[in-house]
Amino acid sequence: MATVRIPPVLRAAVGGEKELSASGSSVGEVLRSVADSHPDTQSQLFASDGGLNRYVNVYLNDEDVRVLDGLDTSVGDGDTLVILPAMAGGAR
Amino acid sequence: MSPSGAEVLRQIKSRIDEVDPAAVHEQVGNGAVIVDVREPEEWGAGHIPGAVHVPKSYLESRIEGAVPDRSDHVVLYCASGNRSAWAARTLTEDLGYEHVESMTGGFTLWKDRGYEVETPRTLTAEQRERYSRHLLLPEVGIDGQQKLLDARVLLLGAGGLGSPAALYLAAAGVGTLGIVDNDEVDLSNLQRQVIHSSERIGVPKVDSAEQTISALNPDVKVEKYPVRLGADNIVEIISGYDVIVDGLDNFPTRYLLNDASVRLGIPVVSAAILGFEGQLSVFKPYDGPCYRCLFPVPPPAELAPSCGANGVLGVLPGTMGLLQATEVIKLILGEGDSLVGRLLMYDALAATATEVKVRRDPDCPICSRDPETISDDELGVFPDYEAFCAGPH
Repeated sequence: MATVRIPPVLRAAVGGEKELSASGSSVGEVLRSVADSHPDTQSQLFASDGGLNRYVNVYLNDEDVRVLDGLDTSVGDGDTLVILPAMAGGAR
Repeated sequence: MSPSGAEVLRQIKSRIDEVDPAAVHEQVGNGAVIVDVREPEEWGAGHIPGAVHVPKSYLESRIEGAVPDRSDHVVLYCASGNRSAWAARTLTEDLGYEHVESMTGGFTLWKDRGYEVETPRTLTAEQRERYSRHLLLPEVGIDGQQKLLDARVLLLGAGGLGSPAALYLAAAGVGTLGIVDNDEVDLSNLQRQVIHSSERIGVPKVDSAEQTISALNPDVKVEKYPVRLGADNIVEIISGYDVIVDGLDNFPTRYLLNDASVRLGIPVVSAAILGFEGQLSVFKPYDGPCYRCLFPVPPPAELAPSCGANGVLGVLPGTMGLLQATEVIKLILGEGDSLVGRLLMYDALAATATEVKVRRDPDCPICSRDPETISDDELGVFPDYEAFCAGPH
């Protein structure tokens, strides 16, 4: 099982959790397992073509999966996936 | 009876090596370490270029810092050649330096010969006191403090992030602080926007910030821009600044800022906050990724909560704004490892910080190109970006 860090904007869709454990041997499988368990995250993570939405960055530990093998990047037990959508709050 | 001072000096001069300014002039930049042993005020009024300053009263304790190798060729000078003779004796006979000379006629003769003189910019006595804790740090010192005093930093917003950043940058002696904000102080701001105060509710934020900054440090010049940043004014406003502090609350302006700052080559220290969490990174054009490399497209409105009013723990922008101020100062000083190419995520509730790598995108629509080719019309342009959220408010 990999650990998936859920950003603030997605927490409502996963019942308020900051971290989830999810199974899968690749980044795509892990994220799909998150989306299967928490269907409200589906449209926020995945584009209609099944790829990752371009405004969502996913890191395997500290490396952007875009410079690895994208959704095919293999994930091992103990790895952490960080989901990072852009934030722009400056708190005026 | 003890010999007179003049007699002792004559004896010392007979025991040490002396050198004419003409020979020293040949030595400048040529291997010899030239040491000025005069008082700080004399050094400040002008000295030999490339010389190091070790006042005679601190000679024994500080010479090793300036000249660690006792076999180095050392040329000492003072105003007329007397204090440097005493110093030469100390270095040779007490401290074991092997190749020491005292320059005859001192700095006075050097100047009379018409050789070049370097006049360092100096801090006033009040500045030396005000910044004394900076001056004690080798990473800052007088040179670093001068860099700070010469620096021009632009703050986008005097709000949650901009308030603490502005306060500490002002305290640190950043000489020019530009502030872009078209808002007025509201009671609900004061839970986090610590540069403002209860009696300034309704006052333009740029004016309120200027009052606080001037009261804190009169060295700081405040340049006020009570406008909303847009494609029509951004290039004019940000030109000439050394670093930009981005605390913008909306995506269209963040992309606009990114594109304009890449074109002008100005580093941006960027932070964003939401709830109990913050993000921080430094975008230094062409040295590292830009904002578009990190986030090629903005999120849709339902994932961009900055478009509406959201809660934020009041201290969080304080934490993130001060991390921004720290990165700004590091960039100005050229010290430390900046957050270029890294993004820091801080979770106040968990008290954890996580870091991820940010790579340059070789296909970035902006920073993969020469800055001259980025046109005015392209700045901040985004496919249907109006659909996301139309700027502040």
